[in-house]
Amino acid sequence: MRSLCDLNTVWFGLVGFLLIGYAILDGFDLGVGGLHLFARGDRERRTMLNAIGPVWDGNEVWLVTSGGALFAAFPEVYATVFSGFYVVFMLLLAGLIFRAVAIEFRSKQPMGWWRRAWDVSFSLSSLLCSLLIGVALGNIAQGIPLDARHEYAGTVLDLLRPYPLLIGVTTVALFLMHGAIYTVMKTEGALRDRARIWVRYTIIGFIICYAITTMATLLYVPHLAEPIRIRPWLFVLPLGALLAIANVPREMFYGRDFQAFLSSCAAIAFLLILLGVGMYPYLVRGSPDPAHSLTVYNAASSPKTLGIMLIIACLGMPLVLTYTVAIYWIFRGKVHMDHLSY
Amino acid sequence: MDVLALSRLQFAFTIAFHYIYPPLSIGLGLLLVCMEAAYLRTRKPLYRQMTKFWVKVFALTFAMGVATGIVMEFEFGTNWATYSRYVGDVFGSALAAEGIFAFFLESGFLALLLFGWDRVGPTLHFFSTVMVALGSMFSAVWIVAANSWMQTPAGFHVVGEGMQARAEITDFWAMVFNPSSMDRLSHVVLGCWQAGAFLVLSVSAYYLLQGRHQAFAKASMKIALCLAMAASVLQLVTGHQSAVTVSRHQPAKLAAFEGHYPSSAPGDLHLFGWVDEAEETVSGPRLPRGLSWLVHGNPRQPVTGLQAFPPADRPPVNATFQCFHAMVAIGLGLIALSVLGVWHWWRGSLWTTRWLLWLFVCAVLGPQLANQLGWLTAELGRQPWIVYGLLRTSEGLSRTVTANMVWASLLMFTCIYVLLFALFIFLLDQKIRQGPDEAEPADLYRRHAQPV
Repeated sequence: MRSLCDLNTVWFGLVGFLLIGYAILDGFDLGVGGLHLFARGDRERRTMLNAIGPVWDGNEVWLVTSGGALFAAFPEVYATVFSGFYVVFMLLLAGLIFRAVAIEFRSKQPMGWWRRAWDVSFSLSSLLCSLLIGVALGNIAQGIPLDARHEYAGTVLDLLRPYPLLIGVTTVALFLMHGAIYTVMKTEGALRDRARIWVRYTIIGFIICYAITTMATLLYVPHLAEPIRIRPWLFVLPLGALLAIANVPREMFYGRDFQAFLSSCAAIAFLLILLGVGMYPYLVRGSPDPAHSLTVYNAASSPKTLGIMLIIACLGMPLVLTYTVAIYWIFRGKVHMDHLSY
Repeated sequence: MDVLALSRLQFAFTIAFHYIYPPLSIGLGLLLVCMEAAYLRTRKPLYRQMTKFWVKVFALTFAMGVATGIVMEFEFGTNWATYSRYVGDVFGSALAAEGIFAFFLESGFLALLLFGWDRVGPTLHFFSTVMVALGSMFSAVWIVAANSWMQTPAGFHVVGEGMQARAEITDFWAMVFNPSSMDRLSHVVLGCWQAGAFLVLSVSAYYLLQGRHQAFAKASMKIALCLAMAASVLQLVTGHQSAVTVSRHQPAKLAAFEGHYPSSAPGDLHLFGWVDEAEETVSGPRLPRGLSWLVHGNPRQPVTGLQAFPPADRPPVNATFQCFHAMVAIGLGLIALSVLGVWHWWRGSLWTTRWLLWLFVCAVLGPQLANQLGWLTAELGRQPWIVYGLLRTSEGLSRTVTANMVWASLLMFTCIYVLLFALFIFLLDQKIRQGPDEAEPADLYRRHAQPV
């Protein structure tokens, strides 16, 4: 293994950072979407929408920027994955579009049928997006058929193998848990009480999925566990994720909703770092012949481009983080609806 | 149809639909900055009302732009994977920069612009409005720079051979400021301002005709007319500049604009016409040697014609010709309309000249059509190349995607976009019917949120 400080590895980390940012931020609004139909009555549903109202759009930018960064830093991966997963990504696009317009259009008309239709569209598209993101990630983790030109050599059905589907379901469970905790943090009264029950169920659901995923990974995708076998100290990652999740009910018990939410964010970060460690230096593992895999070296742009992009990231990301934090700070606290709300 | 035709159709359809909205957001964004600045200076309730109303329209166009914009970011990879492999080193950095510098900025501050009235002070709110407007403009900068690189590639070299060949960056700034990017950027941004200004003009003229919201409509119309006038006239300059750049760097495209075939002869300028691609002739009224005069400043100097290029390297001539001429005609019409509007405003008869107001109501379509036609001109004229002179469109396709997949996704986008467009028009129409809220509390900012 080459030095961990080369540009390719730095970019592996940066794309990972963007994806973690996306999973943490859009994770909770996808989760809120998935739980949306469980909220009772128009007022509660509007509260749910307005809890994510000012921020969901900015959260989605993390996905767009991850895509852009992947295109610039690892064009081979961008090209192989996006064209190979054509059907999955087209459905994801449909989901993202419906989600965006459902949030925007729902409360613009008073008719019951109008609002119900957009409620269902918002909820189903949120679940669909979470599932598809998980399935795509699961495929990349397990490895996909690649030919000598790095082109995807499988069929659409090959994308729906059990392991990627399991990762998809686990992602849905994770985002639902994350969204439930966010709902508790942002709401009051009856809705908050109900959201606390959601948190309980979704945590149980996620822990079951996590356990099954861990077993499946060890049995069927051993290469992901290989780095931990070599460096046992990496056990802190799965352990950290587990402890972070176990910490959520504790914080909830003491009424520290924000700490519970931070704990859930940390769990997501731990899980994705775990995946990244398991993958490195591979970006897409090729099967049946691992020689066709895409790695941080054979899929990358030129060192010159990686260097330029690093400057762009160093200039831009501190700004982005600063005003993202500022905006979350300005919109902190419980949701209050007014004439500007969704 | 084969994968190539389907993928081109899908890209053209999704980009054309997307391109309805960002120009409106960019144009309205600038007008919002003016309106809110006017309110902060004068504190007149009228400007407050204007800002509030146009923010609602802005929010709608922005949401549509976001929803349809993600598709574009994906489609390079899904449908044009070979192209992505070839240009990712160069083109990808512009897209990533757009995400980091533009999208985060606009979406972040949009939250404050839309929902922050009660949460932040006037100065910070105004700052957010400026940032959203700037962010949308930055986004235009990066995407036009990226597209211009496809028109006039610069700052790169080709590494590797055959299937392994790809473009790699040698000079980032030469890539961003490639020969056509500044001319095309100014042309595109002015087109965006026209789109925003003529939307405001159209709605205001409609209110005046209906006799509703008179004060609001007049004030909106004044601001928008200034912008429309300035942008439309400047558009003539940037359009000319763009054409001169095209003549230097993409001679086949310029020849297609005017259907100019002889490989080396002075070029004519057509008012309108029809190109017979088989006979290589153009019928229609023309200004002899007008093209030579416009691009070289000298009516006798020859212009490179299409015969200098093998048929396989020529763009679809008649389609490019028609799009170009329709765009120019609409552009000239918009200048004439702006001049008429300003003249009547000066004479004091703008508010009562009903036929002119009706023209303004319809003119909202003008910039939209001109923007779409201009885009078509630029992209059709570049054919058969996806990166001019470097990579053919037919070579840029994804190898793993089949025609059936693209049929399915094209069908899906068509259904979704038809639905979206109907909803957009329905909601826009409703906002316009409701009109500005005339009974609003005294101040824009710092009102305590009231539970509904």
